[in-house]
Amino acid sequence: MTETEMSAQLISQQQTVKFYQTGTFTVGNRLLDKEFRTVQATQERSNSIDSGHRACQGCGQALGARYALDTAMRVTGDKIIAANATGCLEVFTTPYPETAWSIPWLHSLFGNVASVAAGISASLKAKGDNETRVIAQGGDGGTTDIGFACLSGLFDRNDDVLYICYDNGGYMNTGVQRSSATPGGARTSTTMPVGEHPGSSFNTGKYLPGIAMAHEIPYVATASVHDLHDLERKVEKAMSFRGARYLQINVPCPLGWGSEPSQTIKLARMGVESGLVPLFEAEYGELTNSTKIRYQIPVEDYLKSQRRFAHVLKPANVEQLETIRTLAEKNIRRYHLL
Amino acid sequence: MWNLSFCIGSSAAGARTYTATASQGLLYMMEAVYNASGLGLPIVMTLGNRAIGAPINIWNDHSDAMSVRDAGWIQLFVESNQQAVDVHNQAFKLAEALSLPVMVNMDGFILTHAITRVDLPEQELVDQFLPSFVPRQKLDTHSPLSIGAMVGPDAFTEVRYLAHHKQKEALTIIEQQAEEFAQMFGRDSGGLVKSYFTEDADIVFVAMGSVVGTLQDLINDLRSEGYSVGILSLRSFRPFPANAICNVLKNVKQVIVFEKSFAVGMGGILASEIHMATQRYADIQDMKISSVIGGLGGRTITKKSLRKIVEHAKNGQLDSEVFMDLEGSTVVRELKRQQHEQTSGPVAENILRDMGVVSASKTH
Amino acid sequence: MFQIRIHGRGGQGVVSASELLSVAAFEEGKYSQSFPSFGSERMGAPVQAFARISDKNITIREPVMNPDMLIIQDPTLFQAVNVFDGAKTDGYLLINSSKTVEQLGIDEISSQYPKNHVMILPATELAVKYIKQPKPNTVLLGAFAALSHMVKIPALENAIRGKFAKKIADPNIAATTAGYNFVMNYLQQKTQKQGA
Ligand SMILES: Cc1ncc(C[n+]2csc(CCOP(=O)(O)OP(=O)(O)O)c2C)c(N)n1
Ligand code: SF4
Ligand SMILES: [Mg+2]
Repeated sequence: MTETEMSAQLISQQQTVKFYQTGTFTVGNRLLDKEFRTVQATQERSNSIDSGHRACQGCGQALGARYALDTAMRVTGDKIIAANATGCLEVFTTPYPETAWSIPWLHSLFGNVASVAAGISASLKAKGDNETRVIAQGGDGGTTDIGFACLSGLFDRNDDVLYICYDNGGYMNTGVQRSSATPGGARTSTTMPVGEHPGSSFNTGKYLPGIAMAHEIPYVATASVHDLHDLERKVEKAMSFRGARYLQINVPCPLGWGSEPSQTIKLARMGVESGLVPLFEAEYGELTNSTKIRYQIPVEDYLKSQRRFAHVLKPANVEQLETIRTLAEKNIRRYHLL
Repeated sequence: MWNLSFCIGSSAAGARTYTATASQGLLYMMEAVYNASGLGLPIVMTLGNRAIGAPINIWNDHSDAMSVRDAGWIQLFVESNQQAVDVHNQAFKLAEALSLPVMVNMDGFILTHAITRVDLPEQELVDQFLPSFVPRQKLDTHSPLSIGAMVGPDAFTEVRYLAHHKQKEALTIIEQQAEEFAQMFGRDSGGLVKSYFTEDADIVFVAMGSVVGTLQDLINDLRSEGYSVGILSLRSFRPFPANAICNVLKNVKQVIVFEKSFAVGMGGILASEIHMATQRYADIQDMKISSVIGGLGGRTITKKSLRKIVEHAKNGQLDSEVFMDLEGSTVVRELKRQQHEQTSGPVAENILRDMGVVSASKTH
Repeated sequence: MFQIRIHGRGGQGVVSASELLSVAAFEEGKYSQSFPSFGSERMGAPVQAFARISDKNITIREPVMNPDMLIIQDPTLFQAVNVFDGAKTDGYLLINSSKTVEQLGIDEISSQYPKNHVMILPATELAVKYIKQPKPNTVLLGAFAALSHMVKIPALENAIRGKFAKKIADPNIAATTAGYNFVMNYLQQKTQKQGA
């Protein structure tokens, strides 16, 4: 067995174990046999982002990015280059005059990261480097709004790039404006909870994993920072394909969501358990796997620990709550979550 | 891009249209910026002036405004929040009178994020000053019209010439409207240029935007110390009011053009335009013009540094090109390094490396 | 012109404090101005904000380099930034802490200020008591009013009501008043002691 095959097998064994890593469901890495422990538990783990960066306390994006890129480093033998869109991740990792990145990393603009990454990939190819892999990453704003055309072009050309979108449901870097990935009902600084339809409107916005699937690219997956083993596995799987791949990670943002920094992991899990954040994988446009909800929770439980949804839980807005419930049910049906 | 394109549609369909942007957002909509003026649409846009990357920088300077100086828009600058309120009212009137888009430039953060006292003009008076918008042309099913058709070599020159001519007409209209505004609202805002303490001044600053306020404060001090310094505030940058500038500067011995951006490889943009004006429009001789570049990417403009500039000017020591508060040691170190290495690489990253920053090349 | 510089950390309401000060001064018919030190800092990073109060129109736009009043919302900043840079030692110093000048290690600097110009108060504790949140800004505004007499409590109250809904404004006004009373009591006790 080659090393990669071995680690693939290990990973799949880890999946069958399915322990939660943190929060109330913690079993704890230290209780597992060594081979089942997460790679992050070893001192030899990859380290794409150094500590000391400037993210807020409890930033889900900082966590998601480190796990995703560490995994990519591990499976490629540290042979990755990352291109980054403008946004929180870019700003908090490179506060002048420092950088937290230990991999080659380029920030160009807010809306062009998919094309920049495609260019890096083309350059590597032209130079005969088949080993080094390319990752493009950005926030939901950079991905679903301003970078949408570039991203669609990347999918269309099937360039060899893994695109990772850290979805925190808004333009957090510039002070929490609505993006087209902001959930319906959520308060942002541009969708205040006032008037007849408080918060972000429903029936707007777009779901990029679905759009990526419609491009029939080799691999599309969604992940969440509460289940880091699953996230690691999906990055590893993504790296086993050539061509355009899309991974969207749900990353709670205490600042934008109005949540407690200590609740980030729990909140990420509740998003999934409520059905509002479906976790699944798709290959060449077809759904291949969905993560079943283990303990289904009412959407209210998820909403109530986020100030951005405070108005939704008021009796006057019961219709909004009903709409959100319907969305969860739709996800559950569409992605076979139960 | 979407932002201004949306406005193009809206204005062409006949609505009074406004938007705001800054920095990278302006560059992202660059094609639409040229397009809006070419189509003659009276859009008003606030530009909260900021620097342009890379290196990415969110702070104030005038690089964004200068990057569109040839795009055919009217470009006005305001010194204070009060002027911002007043000039926006004038901007719509101007845009609609000329069928041209107008950009109101206000310093990013310094003005856009300041909390300060302003008098808001009364609605009734505003309605009088600025009657409702009757578009000169619009998309209308009653009289279908094509906007934006191709113009070939046979007429393109004429179209461009007429655009230039229109901007020259604006020189008169801007002055008239500022006067009308002053009569109705009792405030001096807008206009082409404004001079402060320039009569009998030996040294005159030429500047745009909020730095004029800091200069005023400085000059209040300097006057009491016996310095004879004045300010010429340029409130309209496009159209460029060459005659009005020359009228103020004609007897001045030393002019200091202070600007918050420059053309890399050329130097001060405003400085060279002032130079051009004094030569081409008035043939002013024996005037020393120094170009001072400062406040780039949000670097604090202090009274202390400006005072030093004045002192140098007074002693005849001010160079023709000065970068205010330039950190000499950083520059020297980088220049030295460039001498030793064959390919010099990106400057910003080199400076970071020199500062002992952990770079991507480290091992882990 | 009276110039104020406030130091604190992102999330402590430093910018709101400067804004409320300038609005309060405006309420009293004065000219005023406030603005933050602009940046892209996250929660917890050192931030500054500035305010100016004057009887005349204010045209200057530089950050406050020589504050007449220095407000320190978070004394852990002493290690991170030179908060005293350019401060006028004939001005005032207002610090949020429950420690003494000696414990804070700033006795040397504070001894340069005139009598009763240096005030340390446990603003975070008072804030927790009144607004149930560790946001010392409005307590310090009350203390500012008592120490400097540059604005009065009713003006601060109006400014707070103008910015926040009643539910948030009420406790913050109570916090402001508590900060004011704290300083007034302290000063009174001190004069009594000196009188005795
Ligand atoms: C063309 C352009 N417009 C606007 C901006 C300002 N900007 C920088 S980051 C950002 C929002 C980022 O949001 P998102 O992509 O969701 O990332 P997050 O910060 O939420 O992680 C904006 C609006 C820019 N840099 N360039
Ligand atoms: S604003 Fe949100 S996404 Fe940005 S650093 Fe803070 S927690 Fe992370
Ligand atoms: Mg986002």
